[in-house]
Amino acid sequence: MNRIDQRFAELKAAGRTGLIPFITAGDPAPEATVPVMHALVRAGADVIELGMPFSEPMADGPVIQHANERALARGVGLSDVLEMVRAFRANDATTPVLLMGYLNPVEIRGYARFAAEAVAAGVDGTLIVDCPVEEGDTLMPLREAGLRQILLAAPTTAPGRMARLCEAAEGFLYYVSFAGITGAARLSVDDIAERVSQIRAAAKAPVAVGFGVRDAASAKAIGAFADAVVIGSALVDTLDGAASADEAATRAHDFLAPVRQALDAG
Amino acid sequence: MQMQAMATLNVDDFYAYPDEHGRFGPYGGVFVAETLMAPLAELTEAYERLSRDPEFIAELDRDLQHYVGRPSPIYHAERLSREVGGAQILFKREDLNHTGAHKINNTVGQALLARHMGKPRVIAETGAGQHGVATATVAARLGLKCVVYMGATDIERQKINVYRMKLLGAEVVPVTSGSKTLKDALNEAMRDWVTNVADTFYVIGTVAGPHPYPKMVRDFNAIVGREARAQMLEQYGQLPDAVTACVGGGSNAMGIFHAFLNDRDVRLVGAEAAGDGMDTGRHAASLAAGRPGVLHGNRTYVLCDDDGQITETHSVSAGLDYPGVGPEHAFLKDAGRAEYVGVSDDEALQAFHRIARTEGILAALESSHAIAQAIKLARDMPRDAYVLCNLSGRGDKDVHTIAAREGVQV
Repeated sequence: MNRIDQRFAELKAAGRTGLIPFITAGDPAPEATVPVMHALVRAGADVIELGMPFSEPMADGPVIQHANERALARGVGLSDVLEMVRAFRANDATTPVLLMGYLNPVEIRGYARFAAEAVAAGVDGTLIVDCPVEEGDTLMPLREAGLRQILLAAPTTAPGRMARLCEAAEGFLYYVSFAGITGAARLSVDDIAERVSQIRAAAKAPVAVGFGVRDAASAKAIGAFADAVVIGSALVDTLDGAASADEAATRAHDFLAPVRQALDAG
Repeated sequence: MQMQAMATLNVDDFYAYPDEHGRFGPYGGVFVAETLMAPLAELTEAYERLSRDPEFIAELDRDLQHYVGRPSPIYHAERLSREVGGAQILFKREDLNHTGAHKINNTVGQALLARHMGKPRVIAETGAGQHGVATATVAARLGLKCVVYMGATDIERQKINVYRMKLLGAEVVPVTSGSKTLKDALNEAMRDWVTNVADTFYVIGTVAGPHPYPKMVRDFNAIVGREARAQMLEQYGQLPDAVTACVGGGSNAMGIFHAFLNDRDVRLVGAEAAGDGMDTGRHAASLAAGRPGVLHGNRTYVLCDDDGQITETHSVSAGLDYPGVGPEHAFLKDAGRAEYVGVSDDEALQAFHRIARTEGILAALESSHAIAQAIKLARDMPRDAYVLCNLSGRGDKDVHTIAAREGVQV
């Protein structure tokens, strides 16, 4: 069974809300990524979303954009990202890993080759931000290799299209909680609650809510009506400037642990 | 023929593209984040409706005639042609348009669309500043708020245009990420659009981006080729033997090529920026030296490394300094319908000086690439042949760049 599906089945059985932290691979330093991933798991992460650095991260806000630039400046490429997942898997066989990124690096590597390498490294799914469901055939080799293709849904998504996304959803459906780039701060919880409950009723997969979740309080508010919450920019911001891999791991743990507690207390 | 041997796509009717998904064969499409799907659908619907609306068309035609100053003439560069000693070189004078370049053809159209769609705010990205000026101009005229994103490096290179935009009431936002050029400005403008979709219209300045932009921007610029084709028949009794245009994103080239696509005897040649030279790697020749990939919402030829990271480009002309290219050009290349060649900074500058001295025209550095290519082609063609070159913009904006490069104190 795919680790993402497995994990969401476990969460459902236990009545818990999933917690999905996002970090950019190679930031704040290439050697910090694997220790940070383990630290996030110790702090209660259910799925690790790992960003594949890209030179043109159009759908990301400034925080993650700069994380991409820092990682690329240190020479982190797709091979390095896959190597990090392989290293993580050596000590963690159960936590699902989702690679988030943009199409061009995958296209240039070749879809079939990327799919085989990702599966071999222990990747469980991919979220290719600039490949909407209409262009989904492009990613067929990834799907056929067993990688869950995580789709995004947005407040601006029209009803007919939302039905299509709910039908096509696998792994989980990722609802971006406001019409905007990642990390900006505007969030009307009531609006999101209303939309998410409708989507959960229709979607063939669990619904995770992200973009704009910053801390324990906002995570708890969202977690009350979502199957999982995604927390990204605030975590990336926290890791920025860590002097060593150990310090980055400590910061990651100390950031995420209160979020986990807040979700479980709900 | 060599050209046909190179073709990897077989196309009967070039006017059947793009299809309903915005695809030009394998190129184009809609490769954007979910948050942009709704605004793009809204734009596609509005464009398809209004572009068939006789009132909208009449309004646009009126503006093109009385505000832009169309039609632009075709000018026979007699002294230059004599000096070159081959085919007759003709210039399509887009530099004579209001604001000094072809870019206004598109912004007049998109600003009218914005008004019809009830969007009070327009945003744009700009490289050389020509598209920014053209957007600020029409925004001022229609009373729309205007924000222009521009790479910090380009702002430095194009101070006059930055000031021009400010005089027109636009806000110019410097972009300091990445290489601080056109591609980074485009990223930033997309971010603005995602955040402010409800009241904002994104005026893209070239035939790139997600569908419907490549089609829409082409359609608004296609008047250049329509006029030129009719002018050729009327004034010279024949079609040109070859057409040249510079290609960055490719809007002026698509504009002039489009009317000739099914005239298979008319050779279409796009001049890309070879910068310091194709073999130096310091260029912006996406079609001549790139590979198919996905950038800024469409599949097209891109300049990137083996890891898929977009590489920094180089050109003396900011307007050609872009690592992608419109998807229809990628399609025309693969179909063997158009050729794309590199023209270096030095060749473009030589062409700039040459037509300044022989014809009394200061051409934009971008357009100087197309002129250099026209001269190269004309040299090997008979005297009764015609090479039509799109003189897409005037060079006043570039005089400081040229002076600095040649060590002249102005």
